[in-house]
Amino acid sequence: MYAMIAGGVDTGWTFYVPYSTHYSNTHVIATGLGIFITGFSSILTGLNFIVTIHKMRAPGLTWWRLPLFVWAHYATSLIMILGTPVIAVTVLMVALENGLHLGIFDPALGGDPILFQHLFWFYSHPAVYIMILPAMGVISELVQGMSRKQIFGYSFIAISSLAIAMLGFLVWGHHMFVSGQSTYLGLVFSGISFLVAIPSAVKVFNWTATLYKGSISLDTPMLYALGFIGLFTIGGLTGLFLASLSLDVHLTDTYFIVAHFHYIMVGGAIMGYLGGLHYWWPKISGRLYPEAWGRVGAIIIFAGFNLTFGPQFILGYLGMPRRYHYYPPEFQILHVMSSAGASILALGYLLPLVYFTWSMRYGPRAGANPWDARGLEWEIPSPPPTENFVGQPVVTARTYEYGSEEGATVV
Amino acid sequence: MSSPSETPPVVAHHPALRHHFDTMATQKDSSLLGMWVFIAQEIMFFGGMLAAYAIYRNVYYDAFAAGSHHLDVKLGTINTAVLICSSLTMALGVHAAALGKRKATVLFLLLTIALGSVFLGIKVVEYADKFHHDLVPGPRYSAESLHGAHGEALSADTARHSELFFALYFGLTGLHALHMIIGVPIIAIMAWKAGHGRFGPAYYTPVEVTGLYWHFVDIVWIFLFPLLYLIPHHA
Amino acid sequence: MPEHAADPHAEPHDHVVPVGTYILVFLALMVGTAVTVAASYLDLGIWNTPVAMLIAVTKAGLVVSFFMHLKYSPRLYWIWLGAAVFFLAHLLLGTGADFLGHLFLNLGSPGT
Repeated sequence: MYAMIAGGVDTGWTFYVPYSTHYSNTHVIATGLGIFITGFSSILTGLNFIVTIHKMRAPGLTWWRLPLFVWAHYATSLIMILGTPVIAVTVLMVALENGLHLGIFDPALGGDPILFQHLFWFYSHPAVYIMILPAMGVISELVQGMSRKQIFGYSFIAISSLAIAMLGFLVWGHHMFVSGQSTYLGLVFSGISFLVAIPSAVKVFNWTATLYKGSISLDTPMLYALGFIGLFTIGGLTGLFLASLSLDVHLTDTYFIVAHFHYIMVGGAIMGYLGGLHYWWPKISGRLYPEAWGRVGAIIIFAGFNLTFGPQFILGYLGMPRRYHYYPPEFQILHVMSSAGASILALGYLLPLVYFTWSMRYGPRAGANPWDARGLEWEIPSPPPTENFVGQPVVTARTYEYGSEEGATVV
Repeated sequence: MSSPSETPPVVAHHPALRHHFDTMATQKDSSLLGMWVFIAQEIMFFGGMLAAYAIYRNVYYDAFAAGSHHLDVKLGTINTAVLICSSLTMALGVHAAALGKRKATVLFLLLTIALGSVFLGIKVVEYADKFHHDLVPGPRYSAESLHGAHGEALSADTARHSELFFALYFGLTGLHALHMIIGVPIIAIMAWKAGHGRFGPAYYTPVEVTGLYWHFVDIVWIFLFPLLYLIPHHA
Repeated sequence: MPEHAADPHAEPHDHVVPVGTYILVFLALMVGTAVTVAASYLDLGIWNTPVAMLIAVTKAGLVVSFFMHLKYSPRLYWIWLGAAVFFLAHLLLGTGADFLGHLFLNLGSPGT
């Protein structure tokens, strides 16, 4: 924060050396300190999650009865704990290099900037999964809750979260195909990157299969969940293009990358979180939000999003590089579409802000379980009282047992 | 299904049991697991810098060997021994705490602090020597006091890259020393608490967790010592 | 209570290690240190560093197993330790393979 107030950082978000060492005149050390502190807090958060999940489950809440959201958090915590320290020590070395003019990454002093990229992406690729994994967990909750059906392939979804976390550590080199990394290593990283598609696809298939013969209600959370599945699939499939070594060399630093990244992060993660916010909003605030506005918002976001980033795939494929403001006239139409889409998207994001605020005061009271969903959190009043449960809840069945009154029984 | 009346009757709590845990066993398990996960994180933390070290050591072998041979193997060996002793006293301290021997616990913890301080003291002597020889990376760095395997002066390139060795030497040993500087006051608090009878066979988890941390710091040194001090001459 | 269903090790694992074991481990660590220093003065060709690391890993194993009681602890701790070691190995292997590939296979120097 200090660095932002004091004039920003001129290194670009990746902090690549030598931008962050040789050519920077701004507050790299202060920013580094900020990253370090934030990193420490996410490590401790992850640690808290892990210990809680292992040691403090309610009686009867065995591993295979856990909500899938919790599984996703376990996988996320794994990344936070084992990945974050590497970026911490890397930032520390950058800060030392700045402060003392060492040559750890500076070629003029015998260091090597490629090493920074290795260490950076060793964390930063898994870090992307930190963002998407909880969203996947949210979607697993939404899909079963809104189609009123037990989730299909529970254990596969749970294990695929862990698999994604694990594989996430093994693929960092695919960000460096054009960095001067050795080509043979690039081949290996390319191969492993393809593997990530397997657990991701497992999830998509299971969500889709859950919808089959469910009694689907197209309420706002469900719209977001469906949007997630569609956009994530597009984002994931274009990821396969990029994992191919040869194609990536063509597409690197074009709009194609930008579009791919946003289909996963915005179309995937943000849609997931918005869906989750709507789903649990009555539980959090004790009030219902206006359903009609919610649906309108979800549809606007979906349309605006596709209009913004869809054309960027085409632009990128045609060779439009990122971070340029000048382009040949034949790209004009696609650029205009993209800009228009962004405006619609902004409108879509403002809507929930408005109606959520409104519902805090004027929304109708929500009961304990407005969705008629299953799970421990729906058994207590909304908003939850401080101690959550009056007595110790005892879980007798898996979270998603629909059609039986015994599901997720609470005292 | 059960009702509130069927929940286990409330038994007399150990005073150290926090309200969000059911039993002392769960509480202890949670603390230990937390420390192990933290250690996993620490491994990656040191690992990042070790990766940098491993790579540059192989790329600039001569420079690293020359830098390494300036380090005092005798002091390094003594320090390794001191740290292993402190690990033993720490283990014995935890052992004494588990058996409820109050005086022995305090004694062993104080011994651990003393040995840790000796280690840090020797480290200060070593650092002072680097300052004296202008071997601290930075504008004043000079490789004049370094020489090659057969006493010859270093080539300009090697001399330049030797600064990298000392940068990583200070980075790695500095981080390690920082962990010890954090560890010593924690052990002191444990000793104080043990002296006031806060621990017994039913509850000594803080001592045990502190012990885990201290042993981990010892392990880091077990790797740093041969890596930094004992680079062989040949090759 | 909560752990009973999933974890058979929920009982407090207060396995008290006899003092004699600690002393033995301590002596082994001291001998290991001496051997490491001695070995560094021998010319073992390319094997100096691997030997030193092998001794270090053995020493670390002793500390972890006995001083830190891992030998008597739940499998879970092993898994977490193993995960960290595995990913660290992968980090070293991945970056190392890149640089050493350049160095020894004459693929040109990295970064150029």
